[in-house]
Amino acid sequence: MAEERRQKQCSVSLPTESMKAMAESVGVGQLQEESCVALSEEVSYRIKEIAQDALKFMHHGKRRKLTTSDIDNALKLKNVEPLYGFQSQEFIPFRFASGGGRELHFYEEKEVDLSDIINTPLPRVPLDVSLKAHWLSIEGVEPSIPENPPPASKEQQKAESTEPLKVVKPGQEEKGAIQGKGQSTPAPDNKGKEKGLIRLKPRSTHELSVEQQLYYKEITEACVGSCEAKRAEALQSIATDPGLYQMLPRFSTFISEGVRVNVVQNNLALLIYLMRMVKALMDNPTLYLEKYLHELIPAVVTCIVSKQLCLRPDVDNHWALRDFAARLMAQSCKTFSTTTNNIQSRITKTLTKSLLDDKTQWTTRYGSIAGLAELGPDVIKTLILPRLAVEGARIKAVMEGPVVSNIDKIGAEHVQSLLLKHCASVIAKIRPQPDNVEQYRTDYGYLGPMLCSHVMKARTQAALQAQQVNRTTLTITQPRSTLSVSQSGLSGSGGPRTPSIIKVPSSLTLMSPRPGTPSQPSPPATKYIVMGTSAGAASTQQVITLSSSHSASPVTSTVPSATSTLQSLVKLEPGSGPGLTASRPLQKYIVVSLPSSASSLEGKSSVLPTSISSATVDGGIKLERSDSPAASTQSPH
Amino acid sequence: MAAVQGNMVDAKDEADIKAEPVSDGFGNNHANDARLLSASPGSSAAAGNSKPAAGAPEDQQTLLAVLQFLRKNKLSESAEILRREAGLPEEVLDLKGGDSAGPGQGGSADTDGGDASSLLSRVTVSTPGGAKAPTKAGEDQPDVNVVLSAYSQQGDPALYEVYYSGLKKFIESVLDCHRAELSQVFYPLFVHMYLELVYNNHESVAKAFFEKFSGDQECYYEEDLRVLSSLTKKAHMRGNETLLDFRTSKFVLRISRDSYQLLKRHLQERQNNQIWNIIQEHLYIDIFDGMPRSKSQIDAMSGSLPGEAKREANKAKVYYGLLKEPEIELPLDDEDEEAENEEGKPKKKKPKKDSTGSKSKKQDPNAPSQTRIPLPELKDSDKLDKIMYMKEATKRIRLAPDNLPSICFYTFLNAYQGLTAVDVTDDSSLIAGGFADSTVRVWSVTPKKLRKVKTAADLNLIDKESDDVLERIMDDKTASESKCLYGHSGPVYGISFSPDRTYLLSSSEDGTVRLWSLLTFTCLVGYKGHNYPVWDTQFSPYGYYFVSGGHDRVARLWATDHHQPLRMFAGHLADVTCTRFHPNANYVATGSSDRTIRLWDVLNGNCARIFTGHKGPIHALAFSPNGKFLASGATDGRVLLWDIGHGLMVGELKGHTDTIYSLRFSRDGEILASGSMDNTVRLWDAMKAFDDLETDDFTTATGHIHLQDNSQELLLGTYMTKSTPVIHLHFTRRNLLLAAGAYNP
Repeated sequence: MAEERRQKQCSVSLPTESMKAMAESVGVGQLQEESCVALSEEVSYRIKEIAQDALKFMHHGKRRKLTTSDIDNALKLKNVEPLYGFQSQEFIPFRFASGGGRELHFYEEKEVDLSDIINTPLPRVPLDVSLKAHWLSIEGVEPSIPENPPPASKEQQKAESTEPLKVVKPGQEEKGAIQGKGQSTPAPDNKGKEKGLIRLKPRSTHELSVEQQLYYKEITEACVGSCEAKRAEALQSIATDPGLYQMLPRFSTFISEGVRVNVVQNNLALLIYLMRMVKALMDNPTLYLEKYLHELIPAVVTCIVSKQLCLRPDVDNHWALRDFAARLMAQSCKTFSTTTNNIQSRITKTLTKSLLDDKTQWTTRYGSIAGLAELGPDVIKTLILPRLAVEGARIKAVMEGPVVSNIDKIGAEHVQSLLLKHCASVIAKIRPQPDNVEQYRTDYGYLGPMLCSHVMKARTQAALQAQQVNRTTLTITQPRSTLSVSQSGLSGSGGPRTPSIIKVPSSLTLMSPRPGTPSQPSPPATKYIVMGTSAGAASTQQVITLSSSHSASPVTSTVPSATSTLQSLVKLEPGSGPGLTASRPLQKYIVVSLPSSASSLEGKSSVLPTSISSATVDGGIKLERSDSPAASTQSPH
Repeated sequence: MAAVQGNMVDAKDEADIKAEPVSDGFGNNHANDARLLSASPGSSAAAGNSKPAAGAPEDQQTLLAVLQFLRKNKLSESAEILRREAGLPEEVLDLKGGDSAGPGQGGSADTDGGDASSLLSRVTVSTPGGAKAPTKAGEDQPDVNVVLSAYSQQGDPALYEVYYSGLKKFIESVLDCHRAELSQVFYPLFVHMYLELVYNNHESVAKAFFEKFSGDQECYYEEDLRVLSSLTKKAHMRGNETLLDFRTSKFVLRISRDSYQLLKRHLQERQNNQIWNIIQEHLYIDIFDGMPRSKSQIDAMSGSLPGEAKREANKAKVYYGLLKEPEIELPLDDEDEEAENEEGKPKKKKPKKDSTGSKSKKQDPNAPSQTRIPLPELKDSDKLDKIMYMKEATKRIRLAPDNLPSICFYTFLNAYQGLTAVDVTDDSSLIAGGFADSTVRVWSVTPKKLRKVKTAADLNLIDKESDDVLERIMDDKTASESKCLYGHSGPVYGISFSPDRTYLLSSSEDGTVRLWSLLTFTCLVGYKGHNYPVWDTQFSPYGYYFVSGGHDRVARLWATDHHQPLRMFAGHLADVTCTRFHPNANYVATGSSDRTIRLWDVLNGNCARIFTGHKGPIHALAFSPNGKFLASGATDGRVLLWDIGHGLMVGELKGHTDTIYSLRFSRDGEILASGSMDNTVRLWDAMKAFDDLETDDFTTATGHIHLQDNSQELLLGTYMTKSTPVIHLHFTRRNLLLAAGAYNP
């Protein structure tokens, strides 16, 4: 493998086309092929040489990233005039374009209107360098203070739980204990006694320091309290704070007990809050949740399939909670399912069982279907599609039969819309065109005709989407599922990104420092308007204000499953309207930045590296909107 | 010792060399040393030590050639100095006009003169090895051509692969005990064969050769191979210093006699002249008697650009002992008495005995004589500081594996990745940072704020007779916690406080070293000499002298009151990345990106030690407080420990995963702290590392070492910072560990 790489090193050189292009750009029209070859070899060699010199400057600058100034210095070393005006602190936003079989990376140089620059107020002066002292270690023990990293990294937590029996040597034992326990526990004094190598399960104490106890109290109170702003803040803290490892068992018990109590009391609001806590915990990249799944998963499943979750099932929107919990479930299956714990198959089995049971109530049925559907198209294909006819008949019995109860009717409606929503896209993929209504009716029974129209819609949307990807407009057109709650959570942890040129500005999260980190220049608050236009539904509008102070979390419209993480920036809660039974073929998100008075060009460009075209940067509040696709796909239902 | 050494082609006496037989190059090193000494341009400190070895006729030749060169370039002054130092008769230099009669003291020569001397020193150093190494490509093309022309011998390019794979087959077939040793030949052979192919314009053959065999080379040569792979044209070889160096300095291999005989017999049987020529001309094989070394032994020592150090290169006596502390009466308890003593103290230090009971009263046999290097006399303030030091020392914590130091971390916030160097004063009262934006900032970490001296007009007004005159000269209006020093025009890569805390040195990308006054917070001197970035600088532990090293591959020794360097330490084949003074100020250690560490004698400018074994550029060096050991850290993430007296590697500490930027021994030498780019501070049991060693049976004669892999046992603690690379470490006088770095969100 190393050899392979080296071979590559040896042969890499710039293509001769580049030489031609460069020659043309400086006015040399016809360049001989031979000259091109000679030039490209020479240029490649020089570039490599300069890069190697620039590395030296990077090393001496005590950095890991090569910067443009390193290149400048390397050029200076060779007595070459450096490139001026190519200052970039962090990274250079190269863009990629392809077409006609050619691929191109280019640096987008925007035309800047000088008068704009003159008229914008000056950016805030960056903070001056300052010196701050803290204890990295006190007599060999690293105190767990905000200045130090969390006492146990995720790997350590994992190692601890998966290999509890490790050979402990005297002297090292102390260290392991420190890492596991942090400052609050005194170092064990058994060092002297254990001379040999003894297999020990490290003692794990669950003592919390006073600060941690206070924190825990505050957080849990805020999470289930009445103040939404506080809750958002608390959830944000849970999702980002790196030092929660100590409190994780408490949180897990809190959630599990909370669900148990509130399901019995049918307290919908509290259940929602608790699920949001689960979501926040799952979003926290520093936590190793595997140890606590046995408490969390039952709680989540309860919220999916429980017969009754609220006091007035006919009015309250407990469906949204089920949807949300189902997504959480799917996410945890994706993240935590292994061959040893088999979470996914066990969950699938449980849900299928209740789905197959005739006596299952509509609520539970809805939950089972939602839970299964979120697990992905394969699960839908194998487990739900074969049941469509049966479920259709059941729905028909309620809808068209004698009025049994209002509750049943609502339930049936919801199950129907749920089935349509999830099945349409899957069917669109597996069934060949043309979509014949009669054919659908024979295949899927009562739901057939409706499915047929949905499938057709799904197909047109897919076609549209394919068109849209090539357009370099600001509009992001994506099927709903890619930006749903579960996925938006994932995107932070390396989940699937939309493969378009336009980046969903999830990079925004980079700009909000974690609470407790040493101060950082706070970029001017930038406002984003997230517009969602969905077919058949009233469009909602969210104004999210981001600023770097950690207390600010996006203020979103408080639909039940809105989460407080920043990743949910471009997200819309789909299931908010109870009457909305149509599948949602298309949603459009427009991200516009509103320069606040203090904000500057610099601030904005660093916040939104690539996703904003120049028009919107300059244009203040300008909503760009490509109307044709959205209009054409609006389908009343 | 039997050394096989081919002859190098020198610019000036090419013919001479052709005639010389291929034989024993014994004694070349001594000649080398002597010449270096004579070439060192400084005059004041080197007085008394003179006499170069101009005896050997070939040395004469070289000198004459150098003189001619100087004359041709109108550097008559330097030529004159060289002539006199070399003890050559006047008529040798056919000087026109009686110019430059004055001794070339620092004051009279200008910057050009400085450059010339640097060139001179380089030239003299490299001549024994071969041809001239130009300071920079383009400066003197003819020499480069000469260097390269050694490659011009023609062989059938198609046969190169055959030769190489034939040798490979042979080496793979020999007995296991010889295989590891003989495998060392692969890398230099590969490089030279490739270069020959490239030089003779067999581009495609060269490429094929590279692709076929580059995978066989040891992984630690990957960096070099990368450079090599980019070089595919003869024209490229001109400006590539790395390769020129590889070419001009012989790659040193250590091979046991048996293995060598085996190789020789094989090559002669096969009539494999191509390879035999390369071995003779470009390789220096250091043959020893005894058992062949094992693979791990070889790997421990190899990896540097010029190959292993020759054994005799590390034979010179090094006075690693500490200088005696000047006697200062120290009443431990009574404050009044102390004050009295201080006043009644004679100004001159008495060369008698140590005041501290712990140290022996006899002269350490390994210590240099007190006056070997002239050191500045102690001032009253220095004595006060010494007293403070001793008082603090009595409160020092005894560190041990079960009594680890506390670590106080100084984080530079809002540095925007721009922090490039940090230093802390010995008494831990000031901390200074060098930044990529060319500024130097000084902070006071004690409640005592930084103040400037009053202006001259105001100074006239104060009462100079008063007791607190030192207090009165300070301007309270300027008090602040930090001060910023502007003057450099490039990133500041090295920074160092003087021991008395009145000066600060900074070295920068702009090629200068600047001396700042911490009383007026202004720049006092800009030392120009390095024309390229200066990577590091450090004050001597006694002040006055300082050392700097940079991209021009030369380390320079300066005195604060001379604007030209006193010594130039030339010999590294790549950038000098870090420089450290030995605690007794008689030696300077330099680390380089050629992956070697050299120890230089300040007195005569000789290279006293060459340590090889690192696999990446060296970025940190630290002497143990007793002066016996040296620790070094490199980009390969390893810390290596060296015994200076024996010239041996004595330990390897593995654990870091990224470049080590700082190393420091605790005040009593029990603990070694290392800080790295991987955001950790690690503490190592230095006592144990060195203790274990003393029980070992040294095979000093052969320089073979058996390193046990005990890094895990020696590692006492790992302390993770929050994304803050550790770029400086400092033990306070009471053994509290200070660490510093910039938060890197």
